[in-house]
Amino acid sequence: MSLVGVITEHQEESRVAATPETVKIICSLGYEVVVEKGAGTKASFPDSAYEAAGAKIVNTDAAWAADLVLSVNAPEEAKIGKLKKGAIFAGVLSPALKPELLEALSKQGVTALAMDAVPRISRAQSMDVLSSMANIAGYRAVIEAAHEFGRFFTGQVTAAGKVAPAKVLVAGAGVAGLAAIGSASSLGAIVRATDPRPEVADQVKSIGGTYLAVEVEEKMESSDGYAKETSKLYEQRAAEIYSEQAADVDIIITTALIPGRPAPKLITAEDVALMKPGSVIVDMAAAQGGNVAGSVAGKKVVTANGVTILGYTDLPSRLPAQSSQLYGTNLVNLLKLLTPGKDGKTVIDFEDVVQRAVTVVKEGSITWPPPPVQVSAAPAAAPVAAAAVVPEKKKMSAGTKGFGIAAGLAVFIGVIAVAPAPLPQHFLVLMLSVVIGFYVIGKVHHALHTPLMSVTNAISGIVVVAALLQITDANLVVQILAAVGVLLASINVFGGFAVTSRMLKMFTRGDK
Amino acid sequence: MTAQALANAAYVVAALLFIMSLAGLSKHETGRTGIRYGIAGMTIAIVVTVWLTLAGEWTDSTLIGIGLLIAALIVGAVIGLWRAKAVAMTGMPELIALFHSFVGLTAVLVGWNGALHSGDLSAELVGVHRAEVFIGVFIGAVTFTGSIVAYLKLSAKMSSKPLILPGRNFLNLAALVGFIALTVAYVNAPELALLIGVTILALALGWHLVASIGGGDMPVVISMLNSYSGWAAAATGFLLGNDLLIVVGALVGSSGAYLSYIMCKAMNRSFIAVIFGGYGIEAPSATEEETGEHTEIDAASVAQLLSSAKSVVITPGYGMAVAQAQYPVAELAKKLREKGVDVKFGIHPVAGRLPGHMNVLLAEAKVPYDIVLEMDEINDDLASTQVVLVIGANDTVNPAAAENPSSPIAGMPVLRVWEAENVIVFKRSMASGYAGVANPLFYKPNAKMLFGDAKDKVTDILQSL
Repeated sequence: MSLVGVITEHQEESRVAATPETVKIICSLGYEVVVEKGAGTKASFPDSAYEAAGAKIVNTDAAWAADLVLSVNAPEEAKIGKLKKGAIFAGVLSPALKPELLEALSKQGVTALAMDAVPRISRAQSMDVLSSMANIAGYRAVIEAAHEFGRFFTGQVTAAGKVAPAKVLVAGAGVAGLAAIGSASSLGAIVRATDPRPEVADQVKSIGGTYLAVEVEEKMESSDGYAKETSKLYEQRAAEIYSEQAADVDIIITTALIPGRPAPKLITAEDVALMKPGSVIVDMAAAQGGNVAGSVAGKKVVTANGVTILGYTDLPSRLPAQSSQLYGTNLVNLLKLLTPGKDGKTVIDFEDVVQRAVTVVKEGSITWPPPPVQVSAAPAAAPVAAAAVVPEKKKMSAGTKGFGIAAGLAVFIGVIAVAPAPLPQHFLVLMLSVVIGFYVIGKVHHALHTPLMSVTNAISGIVVVAALLQITDANLVVQILAAVGVLLASINVFGGFAVTSRMLKMFTRGDK
Repeated sequence: MTAQALANAAYVVAALLFIMSLAGLSKHETGRTGIRYGIAGMTIAIVVTVWLTLAGEWTDSTLIGIGLLIAALIVGAVIGLWRAKAVAMTGMPELIALFHSFVGLTAVLVGWNGALHSGDLSAELVGVHRAEVFIGVFIGAVTFTGSIVAYLKLSAKMSSKPLILPGRNFLNLAALVGFIALTVAYVNAPELALLIGVTILALALGWHLVASIGGGDMPVVISMLNSYSGWAAAATGFLLGNDLLIVVGALVGSSGAYLSYIMCKAMNRSFIAVIFGGYGIEAPSATEEETGEHTEIDAASVAQLLSSAKSVVITPGYGMAVAQAQYPVAELAKKLREKGVDVKFGIHPVAGRLPGHMNVLLAEAKVPYDIVLEMDEINDDLASTQVVLVIGANDTVNPAAAENPSSPIAGMPVLRVWEAENVIVFKRSMASGYAGVANPLFYKPNAKMLFGDAKDKVTDILQSL
């Protein structure tokens, strides 16, 4: 049975590699856990909680001497010597940037697992420390900006006057960027986002942001000479967008990083100068050189025109309880993979791409970089379930209805049977017309009910026919009455049709 | 082939054209074709009838008749076209009510003529003919005065409050019984006095029926009178033995009845109750007044709210028509749509004073009809809407209908605007609507009141945008 050690991080770090909750799971995998005294204090996990979860509280040396050492950060040089030969060390090691660290670890004869080297494949998402930390950092960046920003994020109409909503620009819609967009928009701000990958537009929209596309007229030829030209045009247009936005927005959060290269400069000193006093910029790429001119890693800078630039590099650490829990869960998921027997025995299987990629030093020899991994596509968003509403309807009881219909029909038969010669035919015509009327009118669009009324009005002017038939009567009184009838009914006919066509002409479709 | 046979054939074609005309109105796209069918049908009917008159024996009366005919047709056409051109779209309900009254009066005149000149009839048809005269005169006269009262109420020349006479249901019933008694008497002995009597009785009944209906029920009244005018035409068809009149009368009659039925459903009223004139419409009882704090807002803040919203629904009511606010409202919708705001209109079936009244007003102001939705189409979307503008509507957005079972309008389907994030109510004052029911919407925390003339306020918002 192996011993797992959870160490206390360096002075500036608030996170811890295991929480009481994850300790319980580690124990269930068959390990014994020791926790360095005070390891979780800054993340609000007291030693007593670890003890309750089944861990032993030990001193620094004992924790470092465990078979499997869990850490958030890379080990300090002075402490590497405390590691036992053949032990496993897991933490965020930045293997690409720190070859000397790998060197030191290999000299010590240990195995090193770099949590930030987890490949970005679906299966490994549960261990992806970069994503879980970026998520927290994006959220915290918005909170830091809100803290510095002297206004509300949301627009409000209050008794004390109206408040305009804050406008936030997020540069880069990766995990951190999306988290920032979501947090800012849920605080009520108007959020815009830029990203060179147009396919993120939908993701941005889905969490409440507006995607600002960099629209460049692409040249038709795709020879090498033109490709460069397009990219120059693209950069020019992107720079214009940043300048336009800087003048308009209150808060800018930049998250743009290019793997293995210094962060791209997106916001120039001129752009910063354009911003309103009191505006806030959070440069989340400050550690990698920064996206913003004038940002200083780990520092808050206030420019001459009153713009605050935050270059904090420890954003996840500023939410220690949350980030420790997510980081700890990432670690536990890796441990589950490395402990297939749940018997406290760690096995590293180099056939597995995840284990291969994470292992940067194996038993004293450097195994970085790993062979390339095929990255799978991003999963689609879950469809939103639509709730169906079933309308209630009043109903006459079947018996009453049946009786009513039967009685009506009986009366009808009686009347027609008694009626003399031409009447039954007229009744037939009447009935059929009523039925046709109901079916035809039932299909009329609701919006056309007024034109329907005026057209039925016009055609009910058909009584003009009746008056016309009487107008040549021998009796002058009849003739005059008929003439009045013709006059009135023809007002109806002409007026009705004219006003209906006038109305129908007004109905136009939106897209015409 | 006699002239009469040819005329009958032409009448069948005309009847068919009228059916096609109504069928054309089922869609916006085919509406104008429908009108052409209707005009064609009417032209055939009139030309054939005139020709039939001329084809008969020529006497002195024929000449006088032709003179009268031409004069009446021309004068009627001129008046009709002039009114149709001059009418404002907000005045449509009045115009339609007035037109109904013409049909009713014509039916009365035709009935009187039928009484004065009974022609040659076989013995067994004489009684039937007399009964037909009475039925025609009765329906025509009820339609005539009913429509006149509706016209007066709609054009505010008469108070729109319901006239409540003691025992009004009894009065209506007595009028019906009286009509049957007079008809029986007339069939036995055709006295002119009886004819005059029935005419006066029917005129009084028509007056009372509509006078006892409140202004809020006008959409039902108008479509009901539309139906009556159709039955009046059908009755003259029976009188003259003319199938074309029967067909058209039945089409119009059933059309009006169907519309009233839709309106009644939209107001949760019994169809029978409205047809029999205010039956079952209780005077609004003094329910416990729901009061509370209402919040006011100014036009600039509304503009601010609108420009930051993603979705806006506008629910207009009769107040928009009164204030003639449809043009600024349409302009507002256009501006917001240009800004990328999702703007829709939600129309309650009884909004306005005529079925489809709001649609016509919005169409006049060039609001595209595909963003104008019915209540049922939009109600489920209201909960996810950011801003709802209630412009001149009151009872049709009253939450009491859905939430307070003791409310006089309980159970009436309403636009559930209070589910939206923000509701802005445009209103002249805190007075209650036509139904006389207090509206708890005004006191909801998400509702804000914008007092003043709807047109002025919408124009102010436009300026702030």
